[in-house]
Amino acid sequence: MAMAADDIARLIKDRFPDAEIQIEDLAGDGDHYAASIVSEAFRGKSRVQQHQMVYDALQGNMGGVLHALALKTAAP
Amino acid sequence: MSEQDVQDWIGKQVANNDVVLFMKGTKQMPQCGFSMQVAQILNHLGVDFKDINVLDDMSVREGVKVFSNWPTVPQLYVKGEFVGGCDIVREMFQAGELQEMLNEKGIANNAQTQTA
Repeated sequence: MAMAADDIARLIKDRFPDAEIQIEDLAGDGDHYAASIVSEAFRGKSRVQQHQMVYDALQGNMGGVLHALALKTAAP
Repeated sequence: MSEQDVQDWIGKQVANNDVVLFMKGTKQMPQCGFSMQVAQILNHLGVDFKDINVLDDMSVREGVKVFSNWPTVPQLYVKGEFVGGCDIVREMFQAGELQEMLNEKGIANNAQTQTA
């Protein structure tokens, strides 16, 4: 069970077209990533809300095929 | 337990304990690096918290994800409010916001004197 970094980036980009996305494969196993996402969509939202928006964009993959994705979100 | 019973049970834990951490493993023996990080931060701050090991009960493990619309464990709750998972708790701790929030909510911790 794993997910390619490109697939993660595409799902995020689909939802947040303006986003600057950096994804790092932490363990090289396609299963432990760190993502940094900067998007105007996050402005005025709490951290919990921002992360929920990203999880929503990942369409249920988080916690499923995607085991670990460390998130850092911010507005530009 | 039915799904609704599980939600009620989780709601009760969160309402009846000031600080609750849903985690994989226990605070003495975490079984996941992310759960361990949050437990370590709370221990470092000297916060008394209730640990709930989701590995003990599959219905709680799945139920807690529904409870706060949050797909992963650990999950930290303070005074009934969902604070976040590992990334958020660590970010807040490093920024001093976690300590500030604990003080505001009247949770005893050893960072109290710094922001008082």
